[in-house]
Amino acid sequence: MELYRSHVLVCGGTGCHSSGSADIIEHFNRDLKKYGIEKEVKVVQTGCFGLCEVGPVVIVYPEGAFYSRVKDEDVTEIVSEHLVKGRIVKHLLYHDSLDASQEIKSLDEVPFYQKQERVALRNCGVINPENIDEYIAFDGYKALGKVLTEMTPEEVIETIKASGLRGRGGAGFPTGLKWEFTYKAKGDKKFVACNADEGDPGAFMDRSILEGDPHAVIEAMTIAGYTVGADQGYIYVRAEYPIAVQRLTIAIAQAREYGLLGKNILGTDFSFDLELRLGAGAFVCGEETALMASVEGFRGEPRPRPPFPAVKGLFGKPTLLNNVETYANIPQIIINGPEWLQSIGTEKSKGTKVFALGGKINNTGLVEVPMGTTLREIIYEIGGGIPNGKQFKAAQTGGPSGGCIPAQHLDTPIDYDSLAAIGSMMGSGGLIVMDEDNCMVDIARFFLEFTVDESCGKCPPCRIGTKRMLELLNKIAEGKGEEGDIEKLVELGEGIKTASLCGLGQSAPNPVLSTIRYFREEYEEHIKDKKCRAGVCQALLQYTIIEDKCRSCGLCAKACPVNAISGQRKQPYVIDQATCIKCGACMEKCPFDAIVKR
Amino acid sequence: MEMIKVKIDGVEVEVPAGTTALEAARLANIDIPTLCYLKDINEIGACRMCLVEVEGARSLQASCVFPVADGMNIKTNTPKVRAARKLSLELILSNHDRKCLTCVRSQNCELQDLAKNLGIDDIRFEGERYDKPVDSLSPSIVRDPNKCVLCRRCVAVCRNVQGIGVIGATERGFDTNIEPVFDMSINDVPCINCGQCIAACPVGALREKDDTEKVWDALHNPDLHVVVQTAPAVRVALGEEFGMEMGTRVTGKMVAALRRLGFDRVFDTDFAADLTIMEEGTELLDRVKNGGKLPMITSCSPGWIKYCEHYYPEFLDNLSTCKSPHEMMGAVVKSYYAEKNNWDPSKVFVVSIMPCTAKKFEAQRPELSATGHPDVDVVLTTRELARMIKEAGMDLTKLPDEEFDPALGDSTGAGVIFGATGGVMEAALRTVYEVVTGEPMENIEIHAVRGIEGVKETEVKLGDMTVRAAIVHGTANAKALLEQIKSGEKEYHFIEVMGCPGGCVTGGGQPIVKAKTYMEKDPKVVRAKAIYEEDRDLPIRKSHENPSVKKLYEEFLGEPNSKKAHDLLHTHYTQRSVY
Repeated sequence: MELYRSHVLVCGGTGCHSSGSADIIEHFNRDLKKYGIEKEVKVVQTGCFGLCEVGPVVIVYPEGAFYSRVKDEDVTEIVSEHLVKGRIVKHLLYHDSLDASQEIKSLDEVPFYQKQERVALRNCGVINPENIDEYIAFDGYKALGKVLTEMTPEEVIETIKASGLRGRGGAGFPTGLKWEFTYKAKGDKKFVACNADEGDPGAFMDRSILEGDPHAVIEAMTIAGYTVGADQGYIYVRAEYPIAVQRLTIAIAQAREYGLLGKNILGTDFSFDLELRLGAGAFVCGEETALMASVEGFRGEPRPRPPFPAVKGLFGKPTLLNNVETYANIPQIIINGPEWLQSIGTEKSKGTKVFALGGKINNTGLVEVPMGTTLREIIYEIGGGIPNGKQFKAAQTGGPSGGCIPAQHLDTPIDYDSLAAIGSMMGSGGLIVMDEDNCMVDIARFFLEFTVDESCGKCPPCRIGTKRMLELLNKIAEGKGEEGDIEKLVELGEGIKTASLCGLGQSAPNPVLSTIRYFREEYEEHIKDKKCRAGVCQALLQYTIIEDKCRSCGLCAKACPVNAISGQRKQPYVIDQATCIKCGACMEKCPFDAIVKR
Repeated sequence: MEMIKVKIDGVEVEVPAGTTALEAARLANIDIPTLCYLKDINEIGACRMCLVEVEGARSLQASCVFPVADGMNIKTNTPKVRAARKLSLELILSNHDRKCLTCVRSQNCELQDLAKNLGIDDIRFEGERYDKPVDSLSPSIVRDPNKCVLCRRCVAVCRNVQGIGVIGATERGFDTNIEPVFDMSINDVPCINCGQCIAACPVGALREKDDTEKVWDALHNPDLHVVVQTAPAVRVALGEEFGMEMGTRVTGKMVAALRRLGFDRVFDTDFAADLTIMEEGTELLDRVKNGGKLPMITSCSPGWIKYCEHYYPEFLDNLSTCKSPHEMMGAVVKSYYAEKNNWDPSKVFVVSIMPCTAKKFEAQRPELSATGHPDVDVVLTTRELARMIKEAGMDLTKLPDEEFDPALGDSTGAGVIFGATGGVMEAALRTVYEVVTGEPMENIEIHAVRGIEGVKETEVKLGDMTVRAAIVHGTANAKALLEQIKSGEKEYHFIEVMGCPGGCVTGGGQPIVKAKTYMEKDPKVVRAKAIYEEDRDLPIRKSHENPSVKKLYEEFLGEPNSKKAHDLLHTHYTQRSVY
């Protein structure tokens, strides 16, 4: 084995990849060669570091120098200064990674990572996901070895049950029970499947795990196959995740090559193999019965349960279906024992949860925290708070199926049950932060628009009901709201939740219902006062010129695409409200901040 | 069978394990509303009409697919259940083209029934509606997406029962539509026009192409000799359109109604069925004796023929070359009968009253015009005939019984049983047996070929030869059988195929049977029973004994399969593409 004096870890997650990390890797390799140190320094493409906001991210070991927003030209400097001369390029380091005395902190001490506990993400940003040896070096496939040689299926089930692990896909069903049901179900053939159809807008937890640590999922599914008695597994992954698909494909091939998939795994008489199935971009295919229909080649539509997949799943056979993040927990539970997971989290929600932080937050990215961490800790301590000193208004968890959580619940310890109690849900882990500039009617409309588009169309409450709710929201946002509309929304929303066939419909009204619950006054303002306090709903806005501030420069009038602004020299300009299309071009152009919208 | 006890609205019932809550409730005399449910055909829990509360369950359950368990406590009428059902229904109605007054299914509509029974007096959530063009390009089926409730009953029957699947859900969410692929017309996809989708439709989204105006026009045209014929299955179902019990035979009243509508001759397709037996039986014997293509497969069902042309062209040579009976009748009317009556064939207008929508397409086939004119001018379904009778102000139930017109109105029991699955086989065997052996058949009721089992088989000894025969109905069953024949797993001499499940009695043109009725009785069985009663009551029950058929051969055709018979009564088939 070759020894290197330094390792350059470059994030190859989707975020950093899109901001050019592949070019950076190439540049590093080119420059290392130029200096003739390519045998001393190794460049490794890893999975996501989590701090997507400051990508592309590069960490150089052994110093642990955390370079952020690395540009192509920065590479030259990092190589010539840091790697050749041993002088860390401090002005390129991530600002939070230096302590008061300008020394490098260990990653654990960086505020973004301090409160995190990486279980599902433990290998992301650490190993090269395209190299099975690196996974193995970090205890990879150790759990599989232990299960196949030392444990009975019953013992595996007991271990998972004792760990208290609950499904990370959103609903939080006890994982051990699911395994047990499938194990106990009678069938000449059984299947194991992985739900990697992560479709919530803004969510990329599963994507990052698959991109950063695909073997963890493969290992867990193989363990699951052994436990429930399946010899075939399917990973249903979105076709829109090309990097995840590619790394999974590589990982499966490597695992087969190493005898960790296929016939007689590790010399035992257990055989198991995996296939990928690419989803075509329907959100509803994340619902388990729709997912199975899609794997079978049918239109992705849910069907009523019972029968549950554990009894009648893929191709009519008992099937164990878990989400990516759930699987990513399994090998470590096997290795560390159930007590280890038990020691993390709250009474009823054990372990950690990965969240994709987005919206109005400084550290956009991926975080993993112990269950029971409060929203405040996530947003302010890990997420670095709201940009531009704006006020926090609400956080949406659970994506379009979840709800808005207002400021008064910032200190709620997050777990499955506490979120449900305040009208939201854990969901798969999307967390979108909103500030005073977000209109809650508009937010509800945004999420509902998504579910209206993504409804499969099978049952009327979801197909027609959500459409009717959206029509009402549009009406309100357009300033045509009437007395009684809020009540109609609530009645429809509650009714759709009760009557819909699947989880999509049963949760689609949540964003509307939760915003009405916590921000009813904003709805009322839209309806009664025809006012949008956040200044988002176009129809309710007016752009006006403040006379005192206007210097009659005429730039606004020139910028206006519809000639709504008129004026003369030395006189304040005026906007004709009837002509104005509220595009905001004038406000952008005004050098004196003389134009306001309200 | 394991029996379990459940409580439905406080009433304890004992049911076999695996019974759905919907079925269990019926045993407790509780009628849970349904819309998408169609027994054995579409059980998908989509419409949410049948929701019930199950004690201990997290959410409401669709009773049509929810299996009850021992000791379960189910409530079908709680405020939560009622609110959920009403909301779903109101929403469906909010996106339904509510032109009930002018809808073909008015007063025979399951959605209308629901709105009435659930007490919907206001639709509070109005909004955007479907606005899509009506597809009326097919000669058989008209599809109005604006009335579709997306129950998927048509989809299930087309895909699962018929093994075809030319319609399915497209798009998503509110834009979801039930239609052929790529916005195509039903006329441009390999639809076999069987009309089973129409029979499954709870509303007016699918209907037959209405051709009654053409018939009214002909009836009022003094230059035309307008001849009508009726298929055997029509007489055991027409009464249902007038409120009579399913399975009531109305042969005589139907004849009276047709005569009063103004038809110049009222003939019986059963006559042509007898003629078919003469031609087809002779063809079979010829194929068996002279090494012709076997198995020979019947050709009476135009849905089946089109199915074979699209999906199994390799079997086209196996199809009997005989035209279907009503087409034979048309050819005979426009040749033999016209000649005898000194009618100009171009002035003869033949109308067929059929239980079938596929026959509308069949009548338009250019190859079916033996005299240079279409053998049949217009095909009306049983439902269309009922509408004409009603429009003419007649109450079928009050009409006297009348007889068909002589000659081409004469028929036998063998002709009548064509209406049920197995009937053609039974009629053929009655004749072939006697022709081959020269002995009278001892028991002419061949029960092995009767009944609604998907595939039936029988062997009949004809002298030193044993004829192996199979009977299938529903094209999915036919498909399975053809595959077995292709693989060599099965071997037959003669196969009867009816495109519709149950045969013509439950054809796509027959009176609509509501989903509720299906739960109580099977029209395939009840109507077939009436067909066999009709047979039993007829004095002559073998095709070759039909005196008018004999006379037709003596006076005109010569013998079965003669040159003239071939020219008039036989046809050929064309391979058709799938897409």
